Amino acid sequence: MSTVKTTSGTNGLLQSEPLLFERSVEGRTGWRPATSGVPLADDLPEDLLRQAPMRLPELSEPEVVRHYTRLSQWNYSIDTGLYPLGSCTMKYNPRVAEDLAALDGFAQLHPWQPVETLQGALHVMAFVEDSLKALTGLHAVTLQPAAGAHGELLGLLLIRACQESRGDPRSKILVPASAHGTNPASASMAGYQAVEVPAGPDGILEVDTVARLMDDQVAGLMVTHPNTLGLYERNLSSICKVVHEAGGLVYGDGANLNALMGIVRPGDLGMDVMHFNLHKTFSTPHGGGGPGAGPVAVTQELEPFLPVPVIHRGDPLTLEWDRPNSVGRVRSFYGNFGVVLRAASYIMEMGAQGLTHASRMAILNANYLRVRLSKAFEVAFPQPCMHEVILTDRLQRAHGVQTIDIAKRLMDYGFHPPTVYFPLVVPHAMMIEPTETESLDELDAFADALIQVAREAGQQPDTLKSAPSRPSLGRLDEVGAARFPDLRYDFDSTQ
Amino acid sequence: MADTVSRFIPATGPEIERMLNVLGLSSVDDLIGQVVPRGDMFQGSLPMASPISEPELVHELKRLALLNTHTDQVLSFLGAGAYKHGIPSAISHLVDRGEFLTAYTPYQPEISQGTLQAMYEFQTMVCELFGMDVANASTYDGASALAEALSMAHRVLRGRRPRAILAGAIHPDYRATCVTYSRAGPISLAHLPPRRDGRVSIQDLSRQLDRETCCVAVQSPNFYGLLEDLPVICPLVHDAGALLVVVVTDPHACALLRSPGELGADIVVGEGQALGIPLSMGGPHLGLFATRRRYLRQLPGRLVGRTVDSQGQRGFVLTLATREQHIRRARATSNICTNQGLCALMVSIYLSLLGPDGLRQVAMQSHSNALYLKKAISALPGFDLVYNAPFFHELVIRTPVPAARVVEEMLPDGFFAGLPMDRFPGGRSHELLICATEVLGKEQMDSFLSRLARFRGNATPARGA
Amino acid sequence: MQFPPELRYSQEHEWVRVEGDEAVIGLTDFAQHSLGDVVYIEYRSQPGDHVAVGDVVAEVESVKAVSEVFSPVGGELLDTNEDLDGAEELVNQDPYGGGWLLRIRLSDPAQVDALMDASTYQAFVAEQDS
Repeated sequence: MSTVKTTSGTNGLLQSEPLLFERSVEGRTGWRPATSGVPLADDLPEDLLRQAPMRLPELSEPEVVRHYTRLSQWNYSIDTGLYPLGSCTMKYNPRVAEDLAALDGFAQLHPWQPVETLQGALHVMAFVEDSLKALTGLHAVTLQPAAGAHGELLGLLLIRACQESRGDPRSKILVPASAHGTNPASASMAGYQAVEVPAGPDGILEVDTVARLMDDQVAGLMVTHPNTLGLYERNLSSICKVVHEAGGLVYGDGANLNALMGIVRPGDLGMDVMHFNLHKTFSTPHGGGGPGAGPVAVTQELEPFLPVPVIHRGDPLTLEWDRPNSVGRVRSFYGNFGVVLRAASYIMEMGAQGLTHASRMAILNANYLRVRLSKAFEVAFPQPCMHEVILTDRLQRAHGVQTIDIAKRLMDYGFHPPTVYFPLVVPHAMMIEPTETESLDELDAFADALIQVAREAGQQPDTLKSAPSRPSLGRLDEVGAARFPDLRYDFDSTQ
Repeated sequence: MADTVSRFIPATGPEIERMLNVLGLSSVDDLIGQVVPRGDMFQGSLPMASPISEPELVHELKRLALLNTHTDQVLSFLGAGAYKHGIPSAISHLVDRGEFLTAYTPYQPEISQGTLQAMYEFQTMVCELFGMDVANASTYDGASALAEALSMAHRVLRGRRPRAILAGAIHPDYRATCVTYSRAGPISLAHLPPRRDGRVSIQDLSRQLDRETCCVAVQSPNFYGLLEDLPVICPLVHDAGALLVVVVTDPHACALLRSPGELGADIVVGEGQALGIPLSMGGPHLGLFATRRRYLRQLPGRLVGRTVDSQGQRGFVLTLATREQHIRRARATSNICTNQGLCALMVSIYLSLLGPDGLRQVAMQSHSNALYLKKAISALPGFDLVYNAPFFHELVIRTPVPAARVVEEMLPDGFFAGLPMDRFPGGRSHELLICATEVLGKEQMDSFLSRLARFRGNATPARGA
Repeated sequence: MQFPPELRYSQEHEWVRVEGDEAVIGLTDFAQHSLGDVVYIEYRSQPGDHVAVGDVVAEVESVKAVSEVFSPVGGELLDTNEDLDGAEELVNQDPYGGGWLLRIRLSDPAQVDALMDASTYQAFVAEQDS
């Protein structure tokens, strides 16, 4: 075992903590419900009433608080340290946004309130819509989708509705091989067959390839820009023209918008529809897997198809429901308003200059890591990158060490690993996105740790293969978990 | 420009220079110029405001918040898919811990056990609530969960039955979401309107059920607050070889009533907001999704499973991911990736604090309050009850003047009086949907009733649309 | 990596063993190796079904991958390997023995001749792996 330089977060006071159900003691409770003073009802027929008791835990408030506090300490988070997940944009989440979202004037709004009592909230929503229009050069925005993939589904349904209204319904959609899995999955849900588009040898889509695949059944192209290889799609404006000439539309996956703010407007390149991940680019917290928000921006041609309701910019602001060409809705109410509000606070504070600066620094940080790591690792595409860079384990595989081992060993150095084994077109990928909110010190510490891990791969490969050793748990048996799924506590057996 | 300082971006001028030196470049513009073609670059200036300070930001958003009227400033009788129950303070304190708040999806289990164990506990509690075998780690909201449930039922029956029946009074947003999801998909929707008593017509349902039907979706308590006759509906659906999907918009109902699982549902979906999540103008809320063990492989969304580490210690991991988009891509069970993790955590904390008794008491008090209103309103001159079947905590009342006018005129007196049914296509003008939860006191309900009473008799109630 | 000489191999990395007018089919050593630990097998066809060359007859899953099994020959599906239920690791541990997947009554034994022999398959794999 080598000595690990302590960086951060790995030496905590780690408590053990059982499951809620193992802590439960009959007769305890952590809540006294309100009582109104009216007599308790006895009108419901006996045969409708629950007989089997729910086996929910019985715990007092201090026990519940301690339970979750201890669990929280087993998590790595942005607040703990650098979280370089490629394509996830794990940037710092400003705390003020949490305070603002918790204001009664926002948190206690019922979605069915009369519209005149929601004016402040509608202003917040209109502000975010306008900001997203400004950043993309697109014409209109809906805030309804709850996450990126939800936005993809909606965006594709908009394309479908638009082409149907042109009298030109189509059945296929082009998706680059490097795309997120959500792209082909969304395409299926929107009734399209996803056709894979290969990139050229340098990882960039080529005009001729797209042109060859475009026919009268191809609805268009879904493209992530910059792509998931961290590369700028330099042919995109020509590709958009080719797609348009063949009657297609271009869908932009905005997962990587953090590289473009104030630098390039996707609408100017010819994109017709685009979704945003407010929980990436606009700094709203990921919450251990959500909630996010996936607004969608469109060109003027697609606007009539947007979901209802849309905000009508009068004074006062109103909600417009009567939109005969609308695709309907993809969820209840108005979207993840609380997330939209947090994004509004980020955009307001950063302003045009701040957002542009963020994208520029995200690109600089990624390129700095690319160069610092290029001796210890193979860089999949050595040219300058945008906001993320991909390494592989090719130099380490000679020692029997793989990407997964490098990722797990990084934990011993106090860092979250990069995105691994994605995109699929780069075998054994490690995809690093540092974001703009990391300091040079932190970038250097991370690069030093990775370089040290690369050195260990040659000198003591077994340390990597059995890593991590410092978190409270070692490597987990995912094969056993999948073979014998245990997805809920079994109250009837002692576990 | 490069010197713009944001408090979230640590790089200083000299540090930027040091990084550029490592890259062998003299400016950030040079770096970007190497990557972005000149013709693609945005030349104008963004039509957006300049940066502001945190105090200015707080001031501005507080100003906007004050333009709203919120449910703590008035007496709210609004429900219809979003419910104002008591929310323990501990919830926000716990979910605001940075380790929960700012973690990503737990793809690296060794350093994500907090989120993973909490999700395993969540899955267990959702199963207990609904009486089901397995639950996922959440979907976006109740409406999209229902849309996903229909396509899951379609898959379970191997795509051989293309029709899904939406039976009775299902939340209009949920119905609309299903319609949108099915625009391009293989499922065709059949809508079975409620009969005169506000509930599913058993006769119509048995007529509609055929070999083409993959599932019947029923909301209970339904959009009018009424309990559907699931013990009769369930065998009917199963006899036709279809699956029963039950939708729940306030899961407190399941603490009081026989669970959908006990009554034979194959898939139960619901909205979890009522369990400790702020109203927040309709989102983020939480989609709940549970099913039978035998349909596990067709379940959409993330799942957490129990396993062991290299030392044999108990631990938790994301599992059965081959169902999901990042592996199965175009053939995945859904495109869902990001879910509502933190909202699921809120619900977990809520359920752990309340426990079985607390949850039942909240449900019972809510129902009792609604019953109190029901009895009083049925005695108000000019008012009437539209339906009379067993109900939970919502009811549709007939108003002597248009319901929209009731809402409008009661607003200045400090009431969100309810939801006029004519907001929805086919809804009747003199019907108002109201909701009572445990947070309303008797005096508050009495003041609502006496304000309602002032509408008496100055118009003839219209019957029918 | 093993390439038993008595078997025939498909480009989709299935092996075929002819026993009279029946064929036993499984995943090759190369296939199980690239898939990783097998955790779940779902049969798309049931005994009694008629399958044609190229039909998807099963899906084999590891933790992070799904692989479709295409029938390398046509005929009546006689049997699927039920012993694998709960013992999926046999596909990894004994791919040419206990890890077999299907048994088919050959409708056209000449289809087997169209498959690769062991040395051709070994060269095919070497090319794919490089």
